[in-house]
Amino acid sequence: MAEETEDLRAFREELRAWLDQNCPQSMRDGRNDEASICWGGKNWQFDSEDQRTWLERCVTKGYTVPTWPVEYGGAGFDRDQDKIYHEEMARIGARYPLRSFGIWMLGPALLYFGSREQKLHYLPPIARGEVRWCQGYSEPGAGSDLASLQTRCEDEGDHWLINGQKIWTSYADKSDWIFALVRTDRDAPKHKGISFVLIDMASEGVSTRPIKLISGKSPFCETFLDNVRIPKEQVVGEVNRGWDVAKYLLTHEREMISAGGGVMGSGRALGAVLADSETGLSDPVLRADAMRAEVNGLAMALTLERYKDQAEAGQGAGDASAMLKYMGTELNKQRLEVLMAAAGADALTWEDDRAPSWLRAKANSIEGGTSEVMLSIISKRVLGLPG
Amino acid sequence: MLADAARGFLDQKAPISHLRRMRDEGRVFDSGLWKAMAEMGWAGILVPEDCGGAGMGHSAACVLAGEMGRTLVQSPFIPTAVVATTVYSSVMDDRSRHALSRIATGDMTVALAVDEGAKFDPEHIESKAEKVGNGYRLSGRKRFVVGGLSADRLLVLAHTEEGPTLFEVEADQTGVNRSALHLIDSGDGADILFDEVELDGEAIMGQLGRARDVLVPALRAGQAALAAEMTGLASAAVGMTIAYLKERKQFGVPIGAFQALQHRAAHLWCECEVTASAVLNAGRMLDTDPGNAAMAVSLAKARATDTAQRAVQEGVQMHGGIGMTDDFDMGFFMKRARVAAEWLGDYGYHANIVAQARGF
Repeated sequence: MAEETEDLRAFREELRAWLDQNCPQSMRDGRNDEASICWGGKNWQFDSEDQRTWLERCVTKGYTVPTWPVEYGGAGFDRDQDKIYHEEMARIGARYPLRSFGIWMLGPALLYFGSREQKLHYLPPIARGEVRWCQGYSEPGAGSDLASLQTRCEDEGDHWLINGQKIWTSYADKSDWIFALVRTDRDAPKHKGISFVLIDMASEGVSTRPIKLISGKSPFCETFLDNVRIPKEQVVGEVNRGWDVAKYLLTHEREMISAGGGVMGSGRALGAVLADSETGLSDPVLRADAMRAEVNGLAMALTLERYKDQAEAGQGAGDASAMLKYMGTELNKQRLEVLMAAAGADALTWEDDRAPSWLRAKANSIEGGTSEVMLSIISKRVLGLPG
Repeated sequence: MLADAARGFLDQKAPISHLRRMRDEGRVFDSGLWKAMAEMGWAGILVPEDCGGAGMGHSAACVLAGEMGRTLVQSPFIPTAVVATTVYSSVMDDRSRHALSRIATGDMTVALAVDEGAKFDPEHIESKAEKVGNGYRLSGRKRFVVGGLSADRLLVLAHTEEGPTLFEVEADQTGVNRSALHLIDSGDGADILFDEVELDGEAIMGQLGRARDVLVPALRAGQAALAAEMTGLASAAVGMTIAYLKERKQFGVPIGAFQALQHRAAHLWCECEVTASAVLNAGRMLDTDPGNAAMAVSLAKARATDTAQRAVQEGVQMHGGIGMTDDFDMGFFMKRARVAAEWLGDYGYHANIVAQARGF
């Protein structure tokens, strides 16, 4: 740890005092699994009064999106302050007050590509947890080959007319708005005719259907867009340049998924898990697997930290984000295999939350670009191999 | 900057062809090269400035070690400039200061004699130093003393009645019998028999019965530097392999166009990146919080051991037949990686330390 400056120490103390005073006890259980997340949105049902209070208090301070500028609902934290914020939150096991695709994905894209009007219009409701967003990228015929997407978006003079189908839209059935990639020029080369649009899910012609997964849950949906009309100003960035926004967001998404929901290294040490299990400490094979998973997880956590530091120094991860995504998700799957093995029969019922998270994680190396796509990106763009 | 200077120097003075020549001539130590490295300030990289060194930290030493790994330099750098220097620096009496100044000028090399079995295990040794008058009589058999054949001085771990103690022994002293190891990596190594070697009371490094105080920091420094060396080795091996994938044609195309090989190469690159983070962290921890660096260092050595071995195994396989030939350099990388994997603790040894630090 580098020495903390006087200013940062004061900042830490103030933040710590605020958290001590304002974070409700029940929001300090250290949970960060999907079931504990406050997603926000028009239809959000708070799990508890504490969850509501915690969100409201954080909103007043900009702590739901600490690094966003204050005028868009953030706290304007720099990297050092943000790090301290996360450390202090972790110290008391505080849950994040709000997590959402608006925060993770649309927000960063708008901050980078959006017009000032768009930022002022869309960002504050995200920061306050009032509008929940989902992402419309993949289509039945466009998975790994995302740029071949076919959803049509036609210029009808005073509005756009959209027709098509999206798939794997996370929580589309619970979201208020969707940001989507659509084809605005059918004659251009496939990467050049795509635009990034914002659609109100309440618009006529939008419908969703949940997809049941192996985990028994349905976090993903099919989303149908039939003659949906949207105002002209709901395009982010230039028309036909949506792929730039998509690429930027995909990079962001990869970094996010690679963080594995914060479980790598920073989560419960596998040692504690083994100690709790029946044979964990006496089974040499399990212990060896756990050691390898722990070594890799800790090294991966350091790698994420290193790339974040580089990003702060103005050096984006760029194509190396494919490495973060690939390694982060593969190692997380490895870790969850060890957790399942350690738990034995205890984790084999649907009442236990371990099986669903283990199954859910299998999607991590598929969504946001498969591991194989990541390896191809690295081999071509980082290593310069032909093809 | 340090890395660039080091790379420029090594490309000129100690490319892989230098190792090949040494191997062919049956030499394990190039005193001229070590002198030149000392003039660059490398021998004294960790030696305090008032003892004539550069007074830089472990992160800097790791940068140098990483560059040396790229060209497989065989030198006393880790045994002398890292391990022994750290021992002397934690003692810091007049004798140590004198030793440090001779290390910095490249006039003295030192090797650490700890291992007695086939595996690194400093907690279990049988060598003994019996009290005789004001001095000690040292007896025992040490194995795999890296740098031990050419070293001027040896730091030897032995039991006394008061507990394990580290002794300073001149390599040409009566009763010190060195036999050369013909190591697969063409490096400097010796088995050493200490046959009733007479030592005076001054030979104790640090406190009697308290070898750990001086040995543990030195071993950690050496393990971190070795991890850095292996990471440099791994990236160089991966770099050579990728270059070969672009140039070698089969079925009318560069073999790097085949996805089966692309993905393996990309995976190797990812492993190198993750390991590099662990190595950087180890150097940083040794510089800023050495008392708590155990896990960071073992994490780095475990990862580096794993990555280097994977890199050389894939390196040979992806080069095909030419990778198996002595004329081609990849074999040198493979042999060095195997020796470095064992030295100062293998994967299991270090993964176990990480596991213990994490509660299992």
